Amino acid sequence: MTRKQRRLTLIGVAGTVLLAAVGLVLFALSGKITLFVTPADIAAKNIGPGQQIRLGGLVKVGSVVKSDGAAVRFEIEDTVKTIKVTYAGVLPDLFREGQGVVTEGKLTADGGFVADTVLAKHDETYMPKEVADSLKAQGHWNPADANKPKPQ
Amino acid sequence: MALIDLANPTRFIALVERVLPVLVALSIGFIALGLYQAFFVAPEDYQQGDTVRIMFIHVPAAWLSLFCWSMMSVSALGTLVWRHPLSDVAAKAAVPIGAAFTFVCLVTGSLWGKPMWGTWWMWDARLTSVLVLFIMYLGLAALWSTIEDPIRAGKAAAILTLVGFVNIPIIKFSVDWWNTLHQPASVFRAGGPTIHSSILWPLLIMAIGFTFLFTTLHLLAMRNEILRRRLRTLRMMEAARSDSSVATTTTAAPSTAKLGAAIEAGAE
Repeated sequence: MTRKQRRLTLIGVAGTVLLAAVGLVLFALSGKITLFVTPADIAAKNIGPGQQIRLGGLVKVGSVVKSDGAAVRFEIEDTVKTIKVTYAGVLPDLFREGQGVVTEGKLTADGGFVADTVLAKHDETYMPKEVADSLKAQGHWNPADANKPKPQ
Repeated sequence: MALIDLANPTRFIALVERVLPVLVALSIGFIALGLYQAFFVAPEDYQQGDTVRIMFIHVPAAWLSLFCWSMMSVSALGTLVWRHPLSDVAAKAAVPIGAAFTFVCLVTGSLWGKPMWGTWWMWDARLTSVLVLFIMYLGLAALWSTIEDPIRAGKAAAILTLVGFVNIPIIKFSVDWWNTLHQPASVFRAGGPTIHSSILWPLLIMAIGFTFLFTTLHLLAMRNEILRRRLRTLRMMEAARSDSSVATTTTAAPSTAKLGAAIEAGAE
């Protein structure tokens, strides 16, 4: 084995060990790294009322109710569960039914959620409005695909 | 010209001088065409409207920030394994350029995040890992300037660069591994790009322009680094010469041929 090969081997071994270590750390911390929990996670992770959390998912179609005051009611859903959310504040421009959102706030005792902030997610598709309209007209529209939160 | 010939700094500088005008012209041409397309040709996005145009700066800057660290990692292997004389010059010259592209990526991302997401910043996995990349660029710059001897500095920086390379796949896959506010990849993904061609083409043209810009800046910075090292060697030789002339009271100047050879050796 030449010196070059020896150096290369050493770097390879050190790199593998480093990768394994970082991989384990990230795997162990994935619950902390993940930005938000979905409605299904709340039951699975035993998150109780009063705890400050971020809740993410899709705004359920037909669930948004804007009342006279500043408060807005809507429901956040994932593929399994739905949670009722109330929020008093300014909604981002992209907020609408079917859109991905990330909210921060607390669960209430009756299983609802009071949000302090609401942020909008958008998916990774970009297209002109005309293309989007014609896709909708042809029935090939599936906007919620990309917004689906990952199961944790 | 074989690749091995580029190990000679003098030939490398000669090559840089030759290709530089072409690279400058290509950078300006592609970026000008890309910006024109981005502002006047590309349509508004169906959900983001005009805001989508930030992408034409943000995404190429992000790609280049990752590409730059990857290139520095290859250079680091060149330094540590093959002891290639130009690899640590390439690595050092790339640091501030990579930091600048990462900074542009972070700033434009923040400007994009406020109108679309509703926040300038969020500690999600993608944003945080890119911030870590930026801080690592700064750390690398600090390391280079802390150790005076270029050979030792080069080795230390090479090790830090290879360690930091772990972050590159984390940045790329952060949006797939964890729930993030940032959306998943649009271009380099399984199943092909999810960007309509009318928006994708300006983006790719900008990306090519940014790549030429990066190459131009990098070659210039490498040339400057080689010249800086020659200057350093000259100064050290001058100091040594005046020391010895004081000691022996001889005033004979070294022959120019000898000086030239020594500069060459110093640069390598």
